[in-house]
Amino acid sequence: MALTLDAVTLDLGRRRVLDAVSASIAPGRVTVVLGPNGAGKTSLLRVAAGLVAPSAGAAAIGGDDIQRLPREVRARTIGYLPQQGDVAWNMIARDVIALGRLPYRDTNDASAIAAALAATDTETLADRRVGELSGGERARILLARVLAGEPQWLLADEPLASLDPAHQLDMLDRLRVVARGGAGVAVVLHDLAQAARIADDAILMAGGSIVAAGAAEEILTADRLGDLFGVRLATVPGYPICIPVERR
Amino acid sequence: MNRHTRLALLIALVVAAFALSLAAGKQWLPWAAWIGDDSRWAIVVELRVPRAILGAMLGAALGLSGAVLQGYLRNPLADPTVIGVSSCAALGAVASIVFGLGGMAGGLGQFGWAMAGAGGAMALLGLLTARAESPVIFVLAGTVLASLAGALTAFLISIAPNPYAVAEAIDWLMGALTDRGTNDVMLAAPFMVGGSLVLMTTGRALDALALGEDAARSLGANLARLRWTVVLGTGLAVGAGVAVTGVVGFVGLVVPHLLRPVFGARPSALLLPSALGGAALTLAADSLCRLAPGAGEVRLGVVMALIGAPFFLALLFREGGRQWR
Repeated sequence: MALTLDAVTLDLGRRRVLDAVSASIAPGRVTVVLGPNGAGKTSLLRVAAGLVAPSAGAAAIGGDDIQRLPREVRARTIGYLPQQGDVAWNMIARDVIALGRLPYRDTNDASAIAAALAATDTETLADRRVGELSGGERARILLARVLAGEPQWLLADEPLASLDPAHQLDMLDRLRVVARGGAGVAVVLHDLAQAARIADDAILMAGGSIVAAGAAEEILTADRLGDLFGVRLATVPGYPICIPVERR
Repeated sequence: MNRHTRLALLIALVVAAFALSLAAGKQWLPWAAWIGDDSRWAIVVELRVPRAILGAMLGAALGLSGAVLQGYLRNPLADPTVIGVSSCAALGAVASIVFGLGGMAGGLGQFGWAMAGAGGAMALLGLLTARAESPVIFVLAGTVLASLAGALTAFLISIAPNPYAVAEAIDWLMGALTDRGTNDVMLAAPFMVGGSLVLMTTGRALDALALGEDAARSLGANLARLRWTVVLGTGLAVGAGVAVTGVVGFVGLVVPHLLRPVFGARPSALLLPSALGGAALTLAADSLCRLAPGAGEVRLGVVMALIGAPFFLALLFREGGRQWR
């Protein structure tokens, strides 16, 4: 049962940010969403998460319109990791993670929180304040917050922003583990090399529309990505990745 | 020490401040005067009990709404005065003083006008922010409302027909619990208690908002309903408070900050403590008002700022912003 967008159009004010977009996110797989700035990637994710109602078309899980799901059901089903990873107050990390249990009206679920701590390797950070954590540690805590809700779908908007290479690899590996556990994972990325490393499926976007979508090995080719971003790409022999080297 | 113990200590502090408020004044009243055939008993029952109840309710309403607004706006500077409720309620009250409407409807005039001011402010704020669920818009709209109400209040005072009305309006604006009686308590209590109960329901949504608006929505928070709840609760609780006591600042701003190191920074964990802390602080400050040398009393708003500001600065200095980011 996939999470699907069917001819979704989204207007924000007078601007059309999504134009009749149809896409599918499969359970148990990592779907990477790629595209230049302003392509509509975040909007796609927000519609898929049910955070904003499409102007036309619908997002659905197994045919059930996400906008018609009761709030708490939707919140338990879909976990959303927003782009700016900030916590407004200097809370204890464990309390931040416990917020993931809000849809269950029980923020004291010790086993779910312990599982989220273990999955993100953050047990030693649990009693510290988020303001005292490094960017990489805070990113793991915020991932743990989403995992604590045990969502069937995990939508992450640029989870690698402000992470160093080691933490980037770590974050993506954890997302892949989530997918292998059965959840459908969609990730907006800007790093082409990391995208190629983790993607099972890929969606390429430009100007509010989908340029190409499908299995990663067919979609993430140097030609396609070069066209999409307007850059010349170098390929790395032995790895399925390409690296932007100059503007075209 | 767990949360329950800390709450129990805070409640003990409120009880102690309440007792102090009954005892303190130009005339100190010992325990013996509170019961039995002492003629000073009348002072306690007729004057100090209603005043203390009003002080406790006012402080609780201000502390609670401060905690809710800081959580809702994710801004450590927020308090009921920045969103315009207090100023608009004050505008209503000053209008009734200047135009001599206070006696309307059997003395309900001034209270009614102040509540109308608060209600108008809240309706306007709710409508202005209905299309953009952004805390920045909320603060900007509130600040503009507050400035507008302040300007209109000054305008009304400057066109007042006689100097007595001017003096009364200015005196009232400074905020005090002086000579407030059972009537005032009966008038304001339903609104203040009702508004506070409404505000107490916001905890879970405020917690979710700590992660930002999209994350809060994804956790099932209904932000449109939260906005109206915050607006309604603050309008009722603070509006009624201002309607009977005038503008008392500082409590809403400072109490949540004082309590964050004790109860943690999670917004929902601060609601009940902020209500209790606000009550204790207001009762203590009002007791100090009466102890000032001279025949009269110092204004509550003045005392609040005089004891609150240095304390708050010391806290800022020590904590260095550890509780917020």
